[in-house]
Amino acid sequence: MASAVASKSGPIAHGEVPTFPVTVIVRRFDPEVDSEPRWVDYDLQMHGTDRVLDALHKIKWEIDGSLAFRRSCAHGVCGSDAMRINGKNRLACKTLLKDLDVSKPIYVEALKGLPLEKDLIVDMEPFFDSYRAVQPFLIASSKPKDGKERLQSAAQRKIFDETTKCILCAACTSSCPVFWTDGQYFGPAAIVNAHRFIFDSRDEGAQVRMDILNDREGVWRCRTTFNCTDACPRGIQVTKVIGEVKQAILRGKP
Amino acid sequence: MTTPTIESPKAPVRTHRSRFNLEAFGWVFMRASGIVLVVLIFGHLFVNLMIGEGVKALDFAFVGGKFSDPFWMVWDTLLLWLALIHGANGMRTVINDYAHNRLVGVILKGFILVATIVLLVLGTLVIYTFDPCPAGSPADLLPSFCGTVG
Ligand code: HEM
Ligand code: SF4
Ligand code: FES
Repeated sequence: MASAVASKSGPIAHGEVPTFPVTVIVRRFDPEVDSEPRWVDYDLQMHGTDRVLDALHKIKWEIDGSLAFRRSCAHGVCGSDAMRINGKNRLACKTLLKDLDVSKPIYVEALKGLPLEKDLIVDMEPFFDSYRAVQPFLIASSKPKDGKERLQSAAQRKIFDETTKCILCAACTSSCPVFWTDGQYFGPAAIVNAHRFIFDSRDEGAQVRMDILNDREGVWRCRTTFNCTDACPRGIQVTKVIGEVKQAILRGKP
Repeated sequence: MTTPTIESPKAPVRTHRSRFNLEAFGWVFMRASGIVLVVLIFGHLFVNLMIGEGVKALDFAFVGGKFSDPFWMVWDTLLLWLALIHGANGMRTVINDYAHNRLVGVILKGFILVATIVLLVLGTLVIYTFDPCPAGSPADLLPSFCGTVG
């Protein structure tokens, strides 16, 4: 590591980051022109530090300004740029090109299972409908004492710590084969966000949420495929979380 | 500084759903029956195909002998019912996954239900009404105990 430290302290010459050619193939769809989506190739010269999002920016800013995709924070926080990259759901802003095999073309397309609107943009409403349906907010009948906060021990907080990290990017739900064929299924993200409150000691709505998920289209549709766990950019063990909700429903309490 | 007061914040929307529904039962059943099936299936395969002369021992007499032994009758009944219901419920899941059209799904699931019931009835009948010593058959094809019975 000595050389790495040395080069850090020394001046960095311009153009030191190596560049390489890469072909990005984007599944384009313009509802006003196309009847079917079509794959379009773009040959780019990219840097070793670039992400798929940078490649999309390069296309949009330098080649074809009509390319449509969502992004906001560009740093894995907002959850707006989940898409299928080489067949796997990833955030474009967290996927480095050099981690993909750039000797082959990189395929980029919109999330599967949600209605395609344009290019890489899907209609997220069905996804948010399921999210809303699990009542993802604190349900408490009492007021905290003396106008203070509701107390919770570190151990109590730890139980649902993992599911507080969700950024609602829909990568998990739209990677689930059950969701692809059964749009009624609540999907992993809704279950993750139900878990967030079911296991929160301050919340009183666990029973209601468990009733909602103990439904024909609820947790029992999950077939432990693990696509969701693989897709989650926040590293949430989604399949395990769903398993915990199943167990809680069978127990009848969190 | 005061915080706004919200009376009874966000009352939960009550939904009317039974606590223990068929989907939950099916989920538990697939796992419970799966565990029992491991024992039943491998026990069945071991006894039929590996013990003694192995697969060569399988003939009318062998099957007749098993269907005359209460232990194997209970074993085979359990195997029949658990495997068929497990398999049928599994196929129901697969149809739910793949049949986009509601009517097609209902028809396919109807077939599964009918086939399952017919096979359960026929199979159970065979296990409990099987005659290991049909009259007028050559003795060398029958189980050894036939001579003493009739
Ligand atoms: C060796 C013993 C067996 C075990 C441990 C076992 C276990 C399981 C489990 C746990 C599931 C549920 C999977 C899920 O919900 O994700 C399942 C599904 C299924 N099982 Fe079995 N099973 C066994 C034998 C059988 C047999 C003998 C049959 C056929 C008669 C069968 C047919 C099916 C079918 C069709 C499914 C649905 C497949 C799917 O969900 O994709 N299984 N099995
Ligand atoms: S659980 Fe992970 S993959 Fe699913 S919506 Fe939340 S952050 Fe995205
Ligand atoms: S742009 Fe915000 S998460 Fe990628």
